[in-house]
Amino acid sequence: MIKIGLEIHCQLTTIKSKLFCSCDSNHRKYKPNLNTCPICLGIPGTLPLINKNAIKKSLLLALALNCKIPEKTLFCRKNYFYPDLPKNFQITQFNMEDKHSSIGYEGHVAIENKIININRIQLEEDPGRINYVKISDKSKLTLIDYNRSGVSLVEIVTQPDFSNNVEIKEFLSYLSNLLIQLDISDPTLPGAMRTDVNISIDDHNKIELKNINSIHDLEKAVDFEIVRQSNFITRNLQIQQETRHWDEKRKITTLARRKEDEQDYRYIIEQDIPSITISPYLISKLKNKIPENIKSKKSHYMKFGISNQVLDTILSDLYYTRLFESAFDGQNAKNIANIIATDLIRYLNTDEKKSKSKLTATHLIRLSELIDTNKIKRDLIKNILRQAIVTGNSIDVILNELKLHKTLDEDKLSIIIDNVIESEHDLIKKININPNVINYLIGKIMKKAGNVQPKTIINLLNTKIKLNVKK
Amino acid sequence: MNSKITISQYVESVKNGDFTVEEFSLQILENINKFEKKLHSYISINDDIIKQAKMIDLKIKSQEKLGQCMGVPISIKDNICIHGIKTTCGSKLLKNFIAPYDATVISKLKKEDAIFVGKTNMDEFAMGSTTEFSAYGLSRNPWNVDYVPGGSSGGSAVSVSSSESLCSLGSDTGGSIRNPASFCSVVGLKPTYGLISRFGLISYANSMEQIGPMTKTVKDAAFLLNIIAGIDSKDNTTVYNHNENSLSNLDIDLKNKKIGIISEMMGKDADKKVLNATYEAISKFEELGAKCDFISFNTVNYALAAYYIITSAEAGSNLARFDNVIYGGFKLDANGYDFNTYISKIRKNFGKEVIRRMIIGGFIPSSGYVGRYFIKALKIKSKLIMELNKILNNFDVVLSPTVPVMPFKFGEKQDSLSMYLIDLNTVLSNLTGTPAISIPFKFDNGLPIGMQLMTKAMQEKLLLQFAYALEKITNINNIPSIN
Repeated sequence: MIKIGLEIHCQLTTIKSKLFCSCDSNHRKYKPNLNTCPICLGIPGTLPLINKNAIKKSLLLALALNCKIPEKTLFCRKNYFYPDLPKNFQITQFNMEDKHSSIGYEGHVAIENKIININRIQLEEDPGRINYVKISDKSKLTLIDYNRSGVSLVEIVTQPDFSNNVEIKEFLSYLSNLLIQLDISDPTLPGAMRTDVNISIDDHNKIELKNINSIHDLEKAVDFEIVRQSNFITRNLQIQQETRHWDEKRKITTLARRKEDEQDYRYIIEQDIPSITISPYLISKLKNKIPENIKSKKSHYMKFGISNQVLDTILSDLYYTRLFESAFDGQNAKNIANIIATDLIRYLNTDEKKSKSKLTATHLIRLSELIDTNKIKRDLIKNILRQAIVTGNSIDVILNELKLHKTLDEDKLSIIIDNVIESEHDLIKKININPNVINYLIGKIMKKAGNVQPKTIINLLNTKIKLNVKK
Repeated sequence: MNSKITISQYVESVKNGDFTVEEFSLQILENINKFEKKLHSYISINDDIIKQAKMIDLKIKSQEKLGQCMGVPISIKDNICIHGIKTTCGSKLLKNFIAPYDATVISKLKKEDAIFVGKTNMDEFAMGSTTEFSAYGLSRNPWNVDYVPGGSSGGSAVSVSSSESLCSLGSDTGGSIRNPASFCSVVGLKPTYGLISRFGLISYANSMEQIGPMTKTVKDAAFLLNIIAGIDSKDNTTVYNHNENSLSNLDIDLKNKKIGIISEMMGKDADKKVLNATYEAISKFEELGAKCDFISFNTVNYALAAYYIITSAEAGSNLARFDNVIYGGFKLDANGYDFNTYISKIRKNFGKEVIRRMIIGGFIPSSGYVGRYFIKALKIKSKLIMELNKILNNFDVVLSPTVPVMPFKFGEKQDSLSMYLIDLNTVLSNLTGTPAISIPFKFDNGLPIGMQLMTKAMQEKLLLQFAYALEKITNINNIPSIN
């Protein structure tokens, strides 16, 4: 039997500042070492200042994953020397003897046909980053960028309850959706979600896999490792307990360190952060924030005839989800979903565009009405959306401006044209010989119809004439 | 002009126009010129003292609003950060570390128009009880230059005692304020854990230490405490103190107040002279109407062991950051080294006492041994807190000699263990987070003996009242004639 457990590190990208200082949580937009301060650089004399929002966000996740919440929690120091770690220890959480140190424990999640148990959820600081730059064949430069140092990471540790990649993928996509829906993190940002894996087969030793940077590679790494270990077993070789690195380029795992080389992290309590009491009031307040379970949400919306793919697109993005949900009235579900997933998604594909957009749920509701009553052609929607995003004007105003209003006037126009065709029956026969005929007819129609776009008349007229000629 | 005065006298004189801030600062600089070669209180001296004094004089002249320090020349232990100034912690590893910010206590003093004379000498990273472990040379006791001044805030105590400053800020992890205060005959207060912000104090054992005032009188200590105490958004461990005024109502009647004397702090290892002085102090308190009783507090016997285990473990972690990568300015180019080799090379430049504690600190929390030492030490700590609280439900304060031995000569105590025993009476208040004060009490053969008072957390006021009463009744001459 294959047993796989996951350790998922996820940055709290939705909070403003780092875990222990006021530097920007969004470290990606800075030049190296410009998103730092004495605290996240570990300058002597500075002290970590706990970010309460990070506690709240990680608590929210713990509650959504059905975890038990400790009454009190505290932080610990994981002591090891590494250049990306300015203090040469990481502030994290770790249960010490009688002292409990986590945000949540003993949780569980139901996926397709299995329960995945969650061991613990803990909060910790992200280290900086090291870039190795080759300067010649023989030497490389080690550059340290501390912009990421101190960013909040929530770590989710599961039991080894997975037995294949399908389950892992399902769990991770569930988790991603949850993180997005609860506004905890945007796991699509590069490096925002990192997963370590441990794999064991039957009663053989456990192997840990690190340095996996995408779900795609995770699958490959798991597959590779299962094959590698199975080969050992069939050849009756002993599997050593070890940590292996995923080699992205070669698509194989390589030995990182044996168990006996494991570091002793000499955990001690971080006394600079007094223990934190988690009040029942805060827990109940956060519980109210947790919307329907995403899975039941999806199956709920599927009842309205929305396709699986369209729903996944919408529910994996908080902006689209909110737009959808505020426009949703049951009846219009399919229309709204399709407008978002096929049309809107092309124009609002970045956070910046989303935040600048003036489009609201009201626009979508009106659009859906017009589609249902057949008053607007499907292919005009893109044009209208573009206008709504920029101007915020109501759909009817936009339609008037675009002069695309398919109203009763058009029906009237149709009657007028029919009348003209009938009265000029002989002339129409010469239409292919004399180009002036068409201009004459347009002039006559315009006199009767008033201010109508000549193009509209021409289109309509042409269709009708073709039909007429066939007759 | 007399430079050997208290803060209260100084403030009064400046207000009266008896002398200008500049005149007084010049006098302090003259004392430094006279004594510094002999005593070595300072690691570095502020070049702008006169300039800053002139500015405050100008403020006074133009009747601008003036902070309550009115240019008091204060010395600062060299593990407290002042923006733009070298903060070495008495270590080679921070030889060129220029603090990029002000410690909270420094911001508060600046706001009150204090003048920083300089950064005082200390045992490297505050590990020591004699100031012999400074990488910048030892400091000497102004009462007899052949004797140690105590430590680790030795430079601070010497500067106050010799009037190379009017007062000082030290830090106390296990007695580092009180011990040199006792040896140099000044007042030293270790406040309640959390009363004073540690932001800007370079950590040695962060669960134990506090910044505190070192002054000539109890009243001066209260004056400084008023300025530096209070909750701080830059230190999550600070607590709200209701803005209590420590200076008001210092003079109280001790009639029927209860004083406990812990027998274990008057044990067989203590010097007879120190014990006799303590009995004298008990009599003095009884003269004032207080009731003194001996009590047994058995767990105290384990306090020193618990203290050294916990502080070493914390120090091992706190000092890990000194790898010369981001700051430090130690001249060793990292080019060509791998990280581990580089930091080993760098960290060989710690002094031997620091290295000793790093080794202990690495061992104690290691897996397999953590239960045998560290966890047990933490349990002793909890037990001490509980039991001391019980004692302090029955007594207003606890009295003991600050240090169980007399000041000693340089090199006299060679082995670490007898050195650590010096801290026997002081570590209790650090382990329990309670306030303690050392008050000059008497001299024996020209060498000072200090008395220590302890009480419940956040009861600094009570402590200062008892200290004030003892100071008043003993009325000793605190000014050494330096030879």
